[in-house]
Amino acid sequence: MELTWYLSLSAVLFTIGVLGVLLRRNVIVVFLSIELMLNAVNLSLVAFSQSFGDVDGQILVFFVMSVAAAEAAVGLAIVIAMFRNKLTVNVDELRLFRG
Amino acid sequence: MLEFLFFVFAVLAVAGAVGMLVSRSPVASALWMVQTMLAIACLYLTLNASFIGIVQILVYAGAIMVLFLFVIMLLNLEEVPRLSSFTWTRAAAFVGGVAVLALLLTAVVRTTGLPSPTGTEVAVVAPVEEAVAVDAEGDVLVAEAVDLDDAVAVPVAPVSVERIGVALLTRHAFSLEIIGALLLAATIGAVLLAKKRFA
Repeated sequence: MELTWYLSLSAVLFTIGVLGVLLRRNVIVVFLSIELMLNAVNLSLVAFSQSFGDVDGQILVFFVMSVAAAEAAVGLAIVIAMFRNKLTVNVDELRLFRG
Repeated sequence: MLEFLFFVFAVLAVAGAVGMLVSRSPVASALWMVQTMLAIACLYLTLNASFIGIVQILVYAGAIMVLFLFVIMLLNLEEVPRLSSFTWTRAAAFVGGVAVLALLLTAVVRTTGLPSPTGTEVAVVAPVEEAVAVDAEGDVLVAEAVDLDDAVAVPVAPVSVERIGVALLTRHAFSLEIIGALLLAATIGAVLLAKKRFA
């Protein structure tokens, strides 16, 4: 209930997202981990906004959600295009820039 | 009661995140993620941020995760075998993640004195007396005295939907238009990228 609890939860979720991006080889799970990181930051922003009574935090959350939606759409379109060419979603095998 | 709700939803959120991390099939990962999204939406509601909570359900759980599930089922991915291989790279990545957590928590513990986001905390407003003088070299000196005897406790107004709407359409109107243009560009880009032929 205290601000610190919400921020600690946000830090833990962010760390799980970081571990997902670093450890998983499936590009869809990597995207899900990125969304998890964005959600963790949103939680932190809303907690601060309600703590100080400042509306700008929730405005920023609104914008972050919009940008995350746009990024998810474009990222998944890229994944579809890559899968059509290479038939794999393993990040170790999706190497376009050789060398 | 609110503490109990916070712990329930916090445990659900972390369990969903860990489930997403360790699931073998991408569909299971996406469904664990939906659980995390819904738990975070409930956490927003415990914070009295009702607008953001409902928008979280509508946009994240209702649109983004559905898009993820569409794509996963379109690609028809199979389950991967259990990732039990230990490599030093993986261990280094795990240590890096724990280092990130430690770094974040060192900043988080400094927020212990700040007002609680769930309660109707009060802010103490005291009158300040100022004396302004100009000394011989032309510098302006300001002396302030806070009179705590006349302090008044003012409830900190929680952020309501009305305040968000007003701020979006007045102070942040330009950013709102940019977000609209961004979403249009993302829609066109996604359609173009997913076409069979680029030409």
